[in-house]
Amino acid sequence: MNPITEHNSRETLSPLKAEAKKLNFYYGNFQALKNINMPIYEKKVTSLIGPSGCGKSTYLRCFNRMHDLYPGNRYEGAIEFHPDRTDLLSKKVDPIEVRMRISMVFQKPNPFPKSIYENVAYGLRVRGESARSVIDDKVEAALRSAALWGEVKDRLKELGANLSGGQQQRLCIARALATDPELLLFDEPTSALDPIATASIEELITELKERVTILIVTHNMQQAARISDFTAYMYIGEMVEFGVTDQIFIKPKRKETEDYITGRFG
Amino acid sequence: MNSYEATAGRLDVMSPPSDRLKIDHTRHIKERLIEAILFLAAFVSVFTTTAIVYILIRESWVFFQHVPLVDFLFDTQWTPLFEDAHYGIMVLLSGTITSSMVAVLVAIPLGTVIAVYLSEFAPFSVREIAKPFLELLGGIPTIIYGYFALLFLTPLLQNVFPGLPGFNLLSAGIVMGIMIIPYVASLSEDAMRAVPMALREGSYATGATRLQTALRVVIPSAISGIASAYILGISRAVGETMILAVAGGMQPNLTFNPAEPGATITSFIVQVALGDLPHGSIGYQTIFAAGLTLMLLTLVFNLIGFYMRKKYREVY
Amino acid sequence: MNQQELQALRAMIATHKRWDYMFGVLGILALMLALMTFVALFADMAVNGLGRINVDFLTSFPSRRAANAGILSAWVGSVLVMLVTACAAVPLGVAAGVYLEEYAPKNWVTDIIEINVTNLAGVPSIIYGLLALGLFVYTFGLGQSILTAGLTLALLILPIVIVATREAIRAIPQIIREGAYACGATTWQVVSDHIVPYSSAGILTGVIIGMARAIGETAPIITVGALTFIAFLPTAPFAGDPPAGLFDWLFAPFTVMPIQMFNWTSRPEAAFLNNAAAAGLILVLMTLTMNGLAIWLRYRLRKNIKW
Repeated sequence: MNPITEHNSRETLSPLKAEAKKLNFYYGNFQALKNINMPIYEKKVTSLIGPSGCGKSTYLRCFNRMHDLYPGNRYEGAIEFHPDRTDLLSKKVDPIEVRMRISMVFQKPNPFPKSIYENVAYGLRVRGESARSVIDDKVEAALRSAALWGEVKDRLKELGANLSGGQQQRLCIARALATDPELLLFDEPTSALDPIATASIEELITELKERVTILIVTHNMQQAARISDFTAYMYIGEMVEFGVTDQIFIKPKRKETEDYITGRFG
Repeated sequence: MNSYEATAGRLDVMSPPSDRLKIDHTRHIKERLIEAILFLAAFVSVFTTTAIVYILIRESWVFFQHVPLVDFLFDTQWTPLFEDAHYGIMVLLSGTITSSMVAVLVAIPLGTVIAVYLSEFAPFSVREIAKPFLELLGGIPTIIYGYFALLFLTPLLQNVFPGLPGFNLLSAGIVMGIMIIPYVASLSEDAMRAVPMALREGSYATGATRLQTALRVVIPSAISGIASAYILGISRAVGETMILAVAGGMQPNLTFNPAEPGATITSFIVQVALGDLPHGSIGYQTIFAAGLTLMLLTLVFNLIGFYMRKKYREVY
Repeated sequence: MNQQELQALRAMIATHKRWDYMFGVLGILALMLALMTFVALFADMAVNGLGRINVDFLTSFPSRRAANAGILSAWVGSVLVMLVTACAAVPLGVAAGVYLEEYAPKNWVTDIIEINVTNLAGVPSIIYGLLALGLFVYTFGLGQSILTAGLTLALLILPIVIVATREAIRAIPQIIREGAYACGATTWQVVSDHIVPYSSAGILTGVIIGMARAIGETAPIITVGALTFIAFLPTAPFAGDPPAGLFDWLFAPFTVMPIQMFNWTSRPEAAFLNNAAAAGLILVLMTLTMNGLAIWLRYRLRKNIKW
């Protein structure tokens, strides 16, 4: 069964943004991802669910080649990035180029020990942008998109670390948005936050999909059901089932998925 | 008699507590005694500081009875052992400052580059070899470095600058800088490695290179540790003795030109200590006055270091 | 992202990576410079000094004639001074470290002790020499002796031993202490049966590094007033006539390796400079061996430790 043709027929309006093809990943000799095939549709939210240790974060970090930072990691297969069909995992493709096109928001808010303004401007400065007016505009736009502008517009010079946890995470989202990424990766962005901050981040993600493709890892099934258009269930490095979120949660095709969704897992 | 005492009394009669469970008073006393002894050992550090301050001030006190403080601070000659004695500490300070400047100009750039390289660039294997190697370099006795400055570096520099005298502050300062590199590099590297990986990942995720991450995220985050590494390095240079005593020449010379020979506070103390000065003579007391100056100088650096650490409190 | 934008992006990344690469080269060069210094220093002393190192050099006293001079009194002096230093610094440093980690209450007295330990580590060594001159030599009347020198160096390396002890103790997990206390042990029993034995390798590392530092220290010993020309050895216990006491050697005048080297370095004749190189080579080999041993010990410790 080919999941890609299957979902294309249902979602003809959204073209592919990326596609994992026979992706294997190894930490040294340990194979963490096994033959993953999966489409990511443009301007949709795709969530990855599964028990901890199933490889969902590992999979997410393949998209911006974070694994290249540490020795001993190895990819096989490909992630094709559309529209130019660049293979993100190819040795010929520079991980820095990949990261400039694909932004990431981490599990725990990790603002730099800099001002709020400089945190958001960081990606622009890394790209060598130095025109004050350009940076000012983009910082404001990014903070507005991250629904943070109203709260911080009078204190842009303050340290990012002075914000509350939820605000810090929105600051990190603004940092990721400032460089107009084509794909935004979220690695359990609300796991360190309280329910109110979580709700605001979820709302934000729903708004952001108007503009950018989103891939999100979540430990929380309800969250996946609330915010995502597509859901993938992973287990021990394998992609068990991928589909439209409603279908996955209402009538999963695979027994394993159903067990996990209904809490009969383990 | 209330009921509690009655119960206690009855218990006493009925079942005397076994000897094993009785509170052992001798054991208690022994424990307190041991604690007191250990406390005294720890207190030796306080005693040492107090003794240093006391000795320096006691001997300098006698010195300043003979030499007015104004002369000490503003006289431009230092000839304590001559008939016509002058006690201008500026002369020795100029040597200390000049040689320390040279050392700092060598140690801070090189030490920082090595620290950034080891912390952010070097593969694991290089770091595992380089760190112990730097430690070994830092463990070489300073007299060896002095020999190296006088008999290896000075002749080498004389090929480039033919007019360079056999004793000079430049050569001593450069070697002093090399001696300090391990301290600066090692401490700065520790500070940089303490920066959480999450911050680096945040930077790399925006497409930053290693150098951009190092300069824009890691160094600013570790600035307090790096600053105190610099301060410690400067403090070492100011207090360094043997390299200057061997290679710097010991003639007092009011100069800020590193190509000249000169005495420093430390090399002057060595020079006097090598000779036979009777206890209590004014010559004997000058070394304590010089030592007090050195102590105050290093105290200033320690205070600056403390202030910097407070100002750039780690924010992560 | 269209092809044109992609091209611009790639050009910019190429520039950034060029800088990255250049810094990598700079880092290696800086490390190489340190390495080259080390090699040059070692080679220079080996070339000039290796010819002088033989049995006679080790068993002769210093002499007016460079070819007859040796380091007998210097190395014997160094060994004796180190003995005093170790006997004073190890018990004091370990006791202080144990106190600060296991006993010290959180109060201002403890704070003052900690501040003092930190500050003493930064005091220039020559200041310790002045302390010893004023206190040990003249106030306590110990004279310019092996005892004075040993105690001076002990104070100098005390912060190193204390810090190493504390770090080693801090590495012991709390559950070990709780396990021992739960058996009814007193604090001292916990310390002597568990804390000190389990941290002994870490403490040893610190002690060796401290001793390596002490053996190469020159300035404080000169300040104390060690003689530079000594053509005799301290009398061994019960030797001589009348027989010396067990501890008479403690009060003997002495010289040490770095001072002997300094003495020869300040002579103008080339022959004495060769002696200096030979003494330096032996001294540097001693400190390198000690430091190397400490580094190896620490490495082993890090690899083997399992709680």
